[in-house]
Amino acid sequence: MNKLFIKKIFLASIILSSCKLAVAQDVDLFKSMDEQNKKDKKNQTDYTTATFKTTRLINGQSIENVGAGLLDVKISHRFGSLNKGAYELWGLDNAQMRMGVDYGINRWLMVGVGRNSFEKTYDGFIKSKIIRQSTGQKNMPIAVSAAISAMWKTVKDDAINNYTDRYAFAPQLIIARKFNDYVSLQIMPTVVHYNSVSKSSDPNDYYSIGMGGRLRLSRRVNLTTEYYYRITKQEGYVNSLSAGFDIETGGHVFQFHFTNTQGMTEGSYINQTTEKWTDGGVHFGFNIARIFVINKPKDIKP
Amino acid sequence: MKKRFLLITGLVAFVSINAMSQKVFATKSGEISFDATGTCAEAIKASNYQVDTKMVQKTGQIIFSVLIKSFKFPNALMQDHFNENYMESSKFPKADFKGYITNIASVSFDKDGTYNVTAEGILTIGGKSNKVSVPGTITIEKGNPTLKANFKIKVADYVHGSYIGTQIASEAKLALLCKYE
Repeated sequence: MNKLFIKKIFLASIILSSCKLAVAQDVDLFKSMDEQNKKDKKNQTDYTTATFKTTRLINGQSIENVGAGLLDVKISHRFGSLNKGAYELWGLDNAQMRMGVDYGINRWLMVGVGRNSFEKTYDGFIKSKIIRQSTGQKNMPIAVSAAISAMWKTVKDDAINNYTDRYAFAPQLIIARKFNDYVSLQIMPTVVHYNSVSKSSDPNDYYSIGMGGRLRLSRRVNLTTEYYYRITKQEGYVNSLSAGFDIETGGHVFQFHFTNTQGMTEGSYINQTTEKWTDGGVHFGFNIARIFVINKPKDIKP
Repeated sequence: MKKRFLLITGLVAFVSINAMSQKVFATKSGEISFDATGTCAEAIKASNYQVDTKMVQKTGQIIFSVLIKSFKFPNALMQDHFNENYMESSKFPKADFKGYITNIASVSFDKDGTYNVTAEGILTIGGKSNKVSVPGTITIEKGNPTLKANFKIKVADYVHGSYIGTQIASEAKLALLCKYE
């Protein structure tokens, strides 16, 4: 009788104590949320954004694409050279202009067209993202994009016989890295193919490597620089070097710079620059970019 | 023998009743939208359809968690600026609310109807935490609660950078809709 009674008490006390545990352990959502956040942080991949403020560094392409469904209207001026002196208002009386529009087809592909007053050249290009820089679970230290531009010179020239002689093409790779919130660098190996060149002894393909970067001065202002080093050199021409500022507001990016080239297409600014910085052959110029929404993303409910 | 059987059955019933009221309602597709348009010509509005939320029936404990990068804007550039400049979403990927529905006892989860509730707790956005008290409604339909709330938060309490200006409203209007299961 005694043993059975003890067993009953023992069993009852176990059941009672386990009930106490069940009641005391209320579901704690706060703890489960903290644990979930810790797990998510480990599995998160962060894709780098805003390596540069806009799709052009100064004259050439940057690693950035215009957003999907957005139209980027670009107006650029390159004034005359400073060494022309006060009479020419240090070049301001003379200007080459480019007006163009860029459009973001999707997250990784963009197109652009434009017209330059320099040699009355029409240009068009396609730029595609290939690899994005990221940190976290997927670690990729650089971003890579590819671009190809086509140029059509329409200025009247009796020396040009065939219409195809007026075309030039420039495929290029853009490799960039955003080191931190202050420094981004990129290199741009480029080849420009001219359908027609002035001398039969001249090559049609010109190889070059561009390099440039930005330094953040404030949340809205960057210092930028761009240099194209020609591998295929031609007598009488020099490398293009540019430096300036990017100023960003809500929907605009204003780029002001000094450059030794007046051309704004790969066919002109890379291989056809003649003026030297050391001779004062420097041009003040600006690019203005303004974003307009053309197509809203589909998953926005009205 | 009979007595012991009754004792055990009674205790099992007691434990299971307790377990039932530990019911946690949850959804991962809650909706939250905000409107922070100030003098800006373009509307500053975005929506997030992936609110992760859980609510404990018995205690009224409630949590919300949203990924900042899941806020969708009609303008992709505005979305970039929101993440990069104002939210610093690389450093602070999520915003969350941890709190309690203070008058959960007034909600009868087994009776269809609409009940006015108040949630009190800590709202954390961009790494900045503030105590908030939010009025809302819980509508019970076929045993499933739907939570609706409309409230305002002070933008300066949560956003980074001092260049807010007048283009962004000083108070953002938030609209929350969560259908729990």
